[in-house]
Amino acid sequence: MKRLNIRLSGLGGQGAVTAAHILAMAANKAGLHSVSNPFFGAEKRMAPAESYARIGSERIYDRGELVFPDVIMVFHPQVITMQKSYTAPFYSGITEGGLVIINTSGDLLTEDDYKRLNDNNVSVFNVDATHMALNIGKTELSTNMAMIGACAGITKVVDLDALDKALQDRFGKKYVASGGTATLDEAIKKKYAKKEMLLKANMDTINESYRRAVEWAEQENYAVVA
Amino acid sequence: MNKTVDGNRRIIASQHVKIGQKNRKDQTYTDPNKFFFETEGKAQFLTGSEVIKEAIRLASVGTSVAYPITPQSEAAALIGELFAEGYLDEYFRGESEFAVMGQCAGAAFGGHRVFTTTAGPGTLRAIENFPMWAGARLPIQVCVTCRGINSPLSIQPDTLEMHYLLETGMMVWHAETAQDLFDYILKGFIVAEQPDVHLPIAVCCDGFFVTHTKDTVVLPPTDICLPPYDPYKSPVPAMDMECPPVRMMRDPFVMKSNYISYATHASWQQEVRGAMERSRKHAIALLDGLVDIENGDQEVLFVTSGTAVSQSREAIRLLEKDGIKVGLVKIKTVRPFPTEEIREATKHAKHIFVPEFNMAGWMGREIKAILPDNERVVTAPHVAGGMTMPSEVIVEQVKTTLGIAFEPLAQRG
Repeated sequence: MKRLNIRLSGLGGQGAVTAAHILAMAANKAGLHSVSNPFFGAEKRMAPAESYARIGSERIYDRGELVFPDVIMVFHPQVITMQKSYTAPFYSGITEGGLVIINTSGDLLTEDDYKRLNDNNVSVFNVDATHMALNIGKTELSTNMAMIGACAGITKVVDLDALDKALQDRFGKKYVASGGTATLDEAIKKKYAKKEMLLKANMDTINESYRRAVEWAEQENYAVVA
Repeated sequence: MNKTVDGNRRIIASQHVKIGQKNRKDQTYTDPNKFFFETEGKAQFLTGSEVIKEAIRLASVGTSVAYPITPQSEAAALIGELFAEGYLDEYFRGESEFAVMGQCAGAAFGGHRVFTTTAGPGTLRAIENFPMWAGARLPIQVCVTCRGINSPLSIQPDTLEMHYLLETGMMVWHAETAQDLFDYILKGFIVAEQPDVHLPIAVCCDGFFVTHTKDTVVLPPTDICLPPYDPYKSPVPAMDMECPPVRMMRDPFVMKSNYISYATHASWQQEVRGAMERSRKHAIALLDGLVDIENGDQEVLFVTSGTAVSQSREAIRLLEKDGIKVGLVKIKTVRPFPTEEIREATKHAKHIFVPEFNMAGWMGREIKAILPDNERVVTAPHVAGGMTMPSEVIVEQVKTTLGIAFEPLAQRG
């Protein structure tokens, strides 16, 4: 496969960093090469936070910010409406034929945005990931799971089995993270009586989002970039 | 001193603790030659911070002192977990980076293997202690996870702080990846503690690009460990008030300006530099050379260290697609500097590019200073303040220098 470069733009506390780790971990479980890394200022909720997952069939050396992504995942409307991203506009640098996945209940892009994206043959998938997270995972903290499902459903960069294994790895055992991430991990674990319930809710959210994304990709006749 | 090591053994380690015995965590003390070159590892998917923890788990460290500063805070906290699990004898939080390095010195004078981590402004706050460590011949290891040091503030990677370390008398090694970081931390202890070296070592990596990036790393099993530090192999008496180096710290004759003091300084500082020179043979044996060379016969070469090497590797792939072949010289140790190795590797090169993650371009200057015909050296591209260096930018630099037309990146997206 050609390398797939994924940029995840979100706000601090939404789990964009965790999402990139899970995507990269899933690729690793599937025998692919992958790296993931975060990019943020001093940690705080609601401030711009980006992370990147690079996945491919040969060894990946590239580090740091992803300047020319194939896929951009927008975790929060404010990334677009309040310019809470490290690039302006948020899709700056996207490759020809790329994909933008936006977590939103409405359409956030202007005509000018659509023109520029169309000129580059970039597809846009609007998905209400937070709504899906509240419905299935029963917490908006599962928004990142819905976003992961959408990305995998369209690009097929990793399959559901690999994502399941990555989830087990991330939430099934003791995990070490920064103070902020550890606090959020505790918060989400407290929502469920058992770890298995958390894992199941997360996987259910991924499954549903994956299913919808596959549907969309078929409808749009979307060709996978990688 | 300088005993030749036979073909099967690359390095001699102290055996005051019997190889094959177990420690309190049921880990077997293993000869470094076996540990590094005959142990089968297992691939794992970890961040650089987790890798620092896993290295220290196997390193038989006595004391570690912590102080929070991004991006090393996670690693420092993880070492605290190792202490809680019983892998270390002492672990505590210092009052500041300056205090931490002084506390490290105390623990090392007392005979412990000592490890600490710092970054960016922390490194600069601590810096007075580093030449003191070297002068006192304390083989302490500090892992420096480089970040911006300037105002305006940045927590992102920038290698300028490494430049401040170059003349401290510490060995300075620069890891490219999490795998390097793991290997250099463990091998660093063994080289630093050789009786004919016995110097502190800074094992540097680029913050975030290594510490916060999840990558595949091959790690040995956790039921083995390095033999501990043997303070009786120290070339200077431990804490003897009448002998150097401690006498030189307390005794007034050094404080006066006279010929004895000058002579003492000259000889002692030369000895520290001599020890640095003697570290070469051990580092060469354990790191398989102070540089790695790939396609060194090309007319165009990248010569650099750290993440800049990784970005150069990606640039080499992109350039190859355009029919431009470029070789690579990866510098693993910045002190001692691989002068002869770089001279030899760049003998036939017409263009030598030095990509760097700092404003000053100090690595470019280091390289220029040792090469004949140094107009061949292009000290670019540079990024600073935590900026990423896309491989496309390196490609543009090469094409600009070679006079090859290209469509600028600014027109994309």
